Parts: sequence; structure tokens; C-alpha cells
Amino acid sequence: MAVVRRRSALPQAPSYRLADVQKLSDAHGEPAWLRARRMEAWEIYQRTPMPYLEEEWRRTDYRHIRWAEAERMIQPNGATSALVPAKNLEPLTGDEQGGLLVFVNGKLVRSELADSLVAQGVIFTDLRAALRDHEALVKERLMTQAVQAGDGKFAALHAALWSYGVFVHVPRNSTADLPLHVVCYNSAAGTAMGHVLVVLEDNAQATMQVEYASADGSEHSAYIGATELIVGAGGNLRYVSLQDWNRETFEFSHQRGVVGRDAQLDWVNGVMGSRLTKAFIEVDAVGAGANARVSGFFFADRGQFFDLDTQQNHNAPLTNTDLLFKGAARDNARTLWQGMIKSLPQMQRIDGYQVCRNLLLSDEARMDSIPGLEIEADDVACSHAATFGTLEEEPIYYLMSRGITRPQAQLMIIEGFFDELLQRVPFERVRQRLMDEIEAKIIG
Amino acid sequence: MTATLEIRNLHASVDGDEDMILRGIDLTVKQGEIHALMGPNASGKSTLANVLMGNPAYEVHEGEVLLDGEDVLEMEPDERSRAGLFLAFQYPVAIPGVTLGNFLRHAINARLKAKDPDSKGIPIPKFARLMRGKMTQLHIDHSFAGRYLNEGFSGGEKKRAEVLQMAVLEPRIAVLDETDSGLDIDALRIVADGVNALTGPNMGALVITHYQRMLNYIKPDFVHVLYGGRIVESGGPELALELEDKGYEWIREKHEALLKVEV
Repeated sequence: MAVVRRRSALPQAPSYRLADVQKLSDAHGEPAWLRARRMEAWEIYQRTPMPYLEEEWRRTDYRHIRWAEAERMIQPNGATSALVPAKNLEPLTGDEQGGLLVFVNGKLVRSELADSLVAQGVIFTDLRAALRDHEALVKERLMTQAVQAGDGKFAALHAALWSYGVFVHVPRNSTADLPLHVVCYNSAAGTAMGHVLVVLEDNAQATMQVEYASADGSEHSAYIGATELIVGAGGNLRYVSLQDWNRETFEFSHQRGVVGRDAQLDWVNGVMGSRLTKAFIEVDAVGAGANARVSGFFFADRGQFFDLDTQQNHNAPLTNTDLLFKGAARDNARTLWQGMIKSLPQMQRIDGYQVCRNLLLSDEARMDSIPGLEIEADDVACSHAATFGTLEEEPIYYLMSRGITRPQAQLMIIEGFFDELLQRVPFERVRQRLMDEIEAKIIG
Repeated sequence: MTATLEIRNLHASVDGDEDMILRGIDLTVKQGEIHALMGPNASGKSTLANVLMGNPAYEVHEGEVLLDGEDVLEMEPDERSRAGLFLAFQYPVAIPGVTLGNFLRHAINARLKAKDPDSKGIPIPKFARLMRGKMTQLHIDHSFAGRYLNEGFSGGEKKRAEVLQMAVLEPRIAVLDETDSGLDIDALRIVADGVNALTGPNMGALVITHYQRMLNYIKPDFVHVLYGGRIVESGGPELALELEDKGYEWIREKHEALLKVEV
């Protein structure tokens, strides 16, 4: 029997007030321009209804979130990095970190940056410190070019109330040749509003990984985050984001890369955790010759709901975007990928590609993929695809015919499905860890 | 002890289908022997190969298959493999994301774990030496081990990968299902050399082929002809030459009745 969901009740909003914005800004003694931006964002938030039946939201029902629990801002409460699982703190390569920032419950608990990167002029710090020490740089880029308050209800809420974040700045012609590593870990329930702002000036290069995780809990939590990746002309950014929130967390995030002339962005986004994730993942190719590769992997199980909404905006001619998402769902989990390639008029000779490959591991799971194109130019090569598969008996039989047990054969086939994506994570140790996490999900 | 594969009065069909493809096969293959099984198209050759390995797409209705007296038909495909049976597939399936090397390491570890549940598996350096040795023996480029299993392999590469798997897993009885199909003469010679290097006192083989040409390179001790789901002729190597000479037409004429009676 088909279940018809009654959509009578409108989504509840959290009970934040203007006074919360003022209080937050006062508590940190923020500059007037930032306070003004927060107030503007609050205005937008106020006049925007809770998203519900809009096209990009109508398949995503988040009304079961208990805001009374989730809306409380997470308090640091004496948080230290000792609370963070060791696996999240392991160096990405070798024994050496280029840089490490660890946040626990929104509080910065570790901050390290290799001398060689300091000498290169690399800034890798928390956003609060950056506001103090590099105010002009932050002012120019914070929610002005990539994610903006007007992008949606949750983007506006984030812009009004973000409470902590990361600021990365690599100067012109500099290379951060050791990877930068950020860990955002929550040990308590409540709302976290984290911000990542990465700015690569012209011809700058960096490799970076950000991990999100939280301790198991019984109360609802929310992550209302934003990620901004700004790559200047000729720059090259490799960026990996791994999300593994606990099963009571609802993520509403806006993430956007802005790729300049002849610049490269190689972005891998992994979604394994949370109860519900609604992520807007967008790239804007804004300079001729910009090249963005956006990769995503996700694995949903036990009631998880992932909605990944991707957009590739070709705002300049001769731009290239290549998107590959691969996901699996088991138990009664549900996933949704909605993709869009857009071009402004007259943006000739652009090449946009998007594909989502789905592996359905149970009859109760549901996976949807909705690709789309809105192209207003004629000399273009744009295509999209979505595929759906299940575990087939033929390859299982083949592996078993060599002595491999059925469960092991199934495991190998699922891991093989993800291998192409995991190979895009530039850290061997992280790949192995992700494979272990996928294995844990398969074995359940 | 010499391993013996005994097939007795085997009847089988495609799963869920009433029409028998195999209609009473009797055949015994011993370790150290090479048997060639020939026959025209649709005589049931590949069905026999798949039924022996336990392909779930087929259903056995009657008869038995014993390996050293053990009931093979009761075993899952992985148990059959660990008992010493091997099938070189006619159409090996591609497994994206799983390298040939990783796959074979898991296959060896599955054997070790079946013997000893606490086994930690083969140490990687030892496995690497084993693989390199076998690939050298079979004139296979060492980069082969790092490629995704059968993905983008040419017809010849797929067959060589099958022979490599056989070499690494060292079965006691191997079934080669039309391993010659789709190969040019050079590739055929390489594959046949590999099979010849492995057969001997430790391995018996059932070489299934449509054409005699494979038997120029792999010398069988016995030749059988499958027709209408039964073995209708058995003999020595001279039987293969006779088929080469006269084609399958005389088999059809001689045994046509077999098909009619059953239908």
C-alpha cells in the first residue's frame, strides 16, 4: 500500500529572535560592518518562510525535527580535543600536518600551522581570530561572493547567527604544500553554525580536508553551516569534506565554490552521518578556462535521509564542470540527488557533465535522482545521467566461484562501486578509513 | 590421494525451466587427466560447466556430482572452489573497483579462513611474491594485478586472467569453458601454454571446446562428444581429429533419435 504523506502541518521554525543576533555580535565585540550584515541577514531570514513546498524542498520533509532541543546553541562547556576520536585527529599524510584546527562544540581547542606554511604567508586560523588580525580580507570575502544570505532560509539564518568558523587564505603565487586539516566535532546536542571560508588568491594552491562528526546522543541537533571556496585565477584547490554527524543531527548547509579564470577546484564531498541532510552544493565557474570537478559519495542506512542538491553554474565561456556522485542506500533509508547545470546566455564552448550512480541495497530503501539542464547558449557540450542498480547475482557468483563467501563477495562489490570515488580523496590513510566506514555500514 | 570428480546421470535445466539441457551426463575426471569435451552449439557444454560450479541460474533435477565422494551439488559455489574445483569462465564478468590482485588475495584468504577461522590471511609480501611468480610464469605483465577485474580487458586478457586465477588458486580439478573462444592464434598459444604448465599430476582438467584447434596445443588423454545433453561418443585424441575431419554432422545423423525420443 502506498503511503500518502499528509502535508497539512507547515514546518515549525526555531524560536531565534533579533536579540539573539545582537547578543552574539556584542559578546564578540564584532566590527560594525559585520553586525550590519548580520542584521541584514536577519531581515532576509524574517521575511523568508520556512522552506517546504518549493521545488528544491518538496521531497524533503524535515518537520520531525524537535527545535526545542535542536535550536539551543551548543556550549563549549570546557571542551578539549581529548573528546575527539583519535581517527579524526590522525595526520592526513605521513606524520606531519600542514595545519590542524580542531573545534569542539564550536570552540577552537587546537590550532597548529607548519612553519613552512607560515613562511609562505598562509593564513589558517579560526574566523574569530581572522576578524581581529585580517579584518579587511575577511570583510571582502565573507558571504559576499560565494554563499550569500539570500540563498535561502537557512543561508540567511546562518549569516545572521554563525558562531564559529575557519578562515584560510593563501596569498598570490603561494603554494600550501602540506595539507590543511580541520575537525569540527560536537560532544553535546544543540545547534552548531560553523563557517568555512577558503580564499586562494591568483595562482595559489592548497589541499584541505574538513571533517564533521559528533558523539552519539539522544537529543536532536542541527548543523546550519556554510562553506565558501574561492579560487582565484590560475589557482588550484583540492578540498575534501567528510560528514559523519550522529543520527540525531539535521544538517542544513549551503556550500559553494567560486572558480576563477584558468583555476581548478577538485572537490570531494562525503556524506555518511546525520539523520537528515539537506545540502546545497554549488560551483560557479566565473572565469574563462575555469575547471571544477565535484565528486560526492554517500551511504544512507537505518532511516537516514540525504538530499544533495547540486548546481554547476557556467557564468563564463570556456568553462568545464564535471560532477560525479555515487551513493548507496540500505534498510529504509532514502536519498535524493537533484542536479542542475546552468549557463548564462552567450557562455559559449562550455562543457558540463553530471551523473549520479545509485546502488540500492534493500527493497525498503528509496533513491531518487533528478538531473537537469538550463542552458542558454548553443555552442555547448552538456550532458547528464542517473543510473540505478542493485547487487546482481552474476558478479556475486563469479567471486564465490573463487572461494569467496557470499557476504564477502557482496562487500567487495559494494566497496568496488565506491572505489572510483574514494580514489579521488588524495589521502591514502583517509581512503582506508572511509572504506572501513563503508564496510561497517554494509555489515550493519 | 588422487582427486576424482564423478558426474553421474546429471539432468539440469535453466532455473525454473522444464526443458532439460543436460539429460543424463556420466563422466569421471581424475587428477592428472586431461579430458576434452566437444560438441556442437547448444549441446549443453556451458550448462555443464556452470552446473558443476553451482551457478544459481541453473537447476539440477536428477543425478549427482561427487568430488572425492563428497556431494558437490550440496555445496555453495565458494565451498566447491575451496574443495578444489575451478571454472575458467567463457564470459568472465567485470567487477569495477576490485583489482585482480586484491580479488585473488581475498580468494586465498577465504581458503585460509575456512581452514582456520583465526587465520590472519596471507601476508601481503608473500602474496605479492606469489603473484609475481605466477604472472612471470604465464608471461603476464605485472601491472595486470592492479587493474580492475576484467574491466576493459580484451578477450585475450580476460582468458589470461582466468588462467592466472587458476594458477594462483591451484585447483585439483579445473573446468575450462571454451577458453579458446575469441582468441587469435597467438593468444590461444599463450593460454594453452599456461594450461599445459598447470596440468600434470596435481590437476585434472575438463577442457570444453567447440573447435579442435585448441587440442593442437592442449593434448587430451580422453575426448568426449556432447550432443543433445548426453555424452554420445568417448575416445582418445583420435576422436577430436575425426571431428575436425568430418564436422559434427555425422554425430547429428547418428544420434538424432536421441533428441526426438525425449521431445
